Amino acid sequence: MKTKKITYAQAIAEAIDEEMRRDKNVILLGEDVGILGGNFKATVGLYEKYGEWRVKDAPISENSFTGLGLGAALTGLRPIVEIMFGDFLMLAFDQIGNQAAKIRYMSGGQAKVPLTVRTTLGGGRSSAAQHSQSLQSLVCHIPGLKVVMPSSAAEAKGLLKTAIRDNNPVIFFEHKMEYNKTYEVPEEEYTIPFGIANILKEGKDITIVGTSNQALKALQAAEELVKEGIEAEIIDPRTLVPLDKDTMINSVKKTGRLLIVDEGYERCGVAGEIAMSILKDIFYYLDAPIERLTTANYPLPFSPALEFPIIPDEKKIYQRAKKMVIG
Amino acid sequence: MENKFKPIKSYGLDKEKILKMYQDMLKIRYFENKITDFYSKGLMPGLAHLYIGEEAVAVGVCANLTERDFAVSTHRGHGHLIAQGADLKKMMAEVLGKETGYCHGKGGSMHIMDVSKGILGANGIVGAGIPIATGSAYSAKVRGTDQVTISFFGDAASNQGTFHESVNMAAAWKLPVVYVCENNLYGISVDIRKVTNTKDIATRAKAYNIPGVAVDGNDILEVYKVSQEAIERARKGEGPSLVECKTYRWKGHHVGDPGRVYRSEKEFEEWKEHCPIKTFHERLIKEKISSEKELNLIEKDTKKMVKEVADFAIQSPYPNEKEAYEDLFAEEGRS
Repeated sequence: MKTKKITYAQAIAEAIDEEMRRDKNVILLGEDVGILGGNFKATVGLYEKYGEWRVKDAPISENSFTGLGLGAALTGLRPIVEIMFGDFLMLAFDQIGNQAAKIRYMSGGQAKVPLTVRTTLGGGRSSAAQHSQSLQSLVCHIPGLKVVMPSSAAEAKGLLKTAIRDNNPVIFFEHKMEYNKTYEVPEEEYTIPFGIANILKEGKDITIVGTSNQALKALQAAEELVKEGIEAEIIDPRTLVPLDKDTMINSVKKTGRLLIVDEGYERCGVAGEIAMSILKDIFYYLDAPIERLTTANYPLPFSPALEFPIIPDEKKIYQRAKKMVIG
Repeated sequence: MENKFKPIKSYGLDKEKILKMYQDMLKIRYFENKITDFYSKGLMPGLAHLYIGEEAVAVGVCANLTERDFAVSTHRGHGHLIAQGADLKKMMAEVLGKETGYCHGKGGSMHIMDVSKGILGANGIVGAGIPIATGSAYSAKVRGTDQVTISFFGDAASNQGTFHESVNMAAAWKLPVVYVCENNLYGISVDIRKVTNTKDIATRAKAYNIPGVAVDGNDILEVYKVSQEAIERARKGEGPSLVECKTYRWKGHHVGDPGRVYRSEKEFEEWKEHCPIKTFHERLIKEKISSEKELNLIEKDTKKMVKEVADFAIQSPYPNEKEAYEDLFAEEGRS
């Protein structure tokens, strides 16, 4: 397969561009998505190409422009709404949680909601407590939403194209620390289906499930673990709703150990949910208790001296996995 | 509340249209009387928010719509849905939680939709339909159609952020939407005059540089005329308007609320005298547009229709419990 080197932000812009070209009903709406090309430069060039009605700079009204996207989705368009920081999801939560998630169900299957809400997660930029959270567990909690957590640029591109084509509301989390990183991305057009986890590396000693870019950090940790004689199997679930439990179950049956890494908070979080959702199927195969590595249950602090210690990274994954395998 | 009406003939409507508007108001009134009856007999699960007393607003506005237009309703939605031509049988069955209802028993009174008729749904969250209506208008603009969307909401919803955020966007982008505020004076028990320093909600339009008109919401022909101007303006691409219809709900906030603790008997009686149906009936006779005999026949037919609707709903089965697991995502379930 022929590949090219582009950034994660460029991969996002390419996915949107290809889908806007393919379907004239795809529109993009959000704060600074137009002339500026997105706060994270993930929509560069689209405004010039598709004009101000298909690429709309919205006022600072997250709840209502999300609702506007929903109303447009109900009446023939296929909108992509950008919520600049995942933290701002809370401003739009009525339209996401009470409206978009439920309209199809409440209407007895009459309504179709092809709405993609792109947003961000992740700390590491000294942005403090209101611009650094990873709130995927909040949306996973609401039935009726699909939830996507891509890892690399290639994954983000293929999964975003699938999200845009989906006839349901999809919440798509992009990691802020990834936007400027360069990755190999296939030249040819492709999509990645929802609900199929990606095994990044096979191994026999421990299964490490990492969401978003924690899958890539787990892969880095795995390279170090090899030096200790530990073969880690790394799984990227790609989508949290739907969740590919089988791939994780089969992996743990083989390795006997499970570490789940997610940048969300620990309490009522994604890591705990993944563990519990497969526990019954892996219980008798476990050689050690399941462990989770998450962000501590505190607001994200500003100073790098405080922020990095409370979020998971490759070093912490390495240490925890090593401890789980060799004590 | 004075009854100041202009001659019916001055509105230039044909008799057939006038009588249809009269009958649509009756449909709403009788449909909801039946709901009150079901509730008092314990035949209805949950609650429903009744529109009785406000019928002229929904019918007056929707009489201007074409089949391709859209409207977004509220928690007090029966009137809007009926005025838009929803199927009464499917509506009543849904109110009773039956399999034959619009939503197969999953929505109830507050979530009835008929997407095929442009009825984008009642809504359980106050003010939440306003951005959805704005998006429907945005969609029409992008798709290049001349469809107009009506956004119905109450006085209390005009204090939600969604109202201000949405009207702001629609005004900035000249979207084909008409915001219809039904000012029935109370948000559950709270008098709008105690929580809002604006005599007419319509004046809020000034803040967004769009037309805002307050109208007697119990005068069906004034509602028709004022909303017609706003709809035509939207259709021509000249942008949104705010129409405030001053009206009154006769019942409490919902079927289980007597609605008297927070409202005076005098106020209630005055508004009852200004009944949108009774006053229109009197005008039709007085101005010799119709006769008692003709109107009585319409009333009798409508009563019969609603009785059939009620019988259908009562006789319909409850959904199988498997229904609870249908329709979450588009690739599953029926459609």
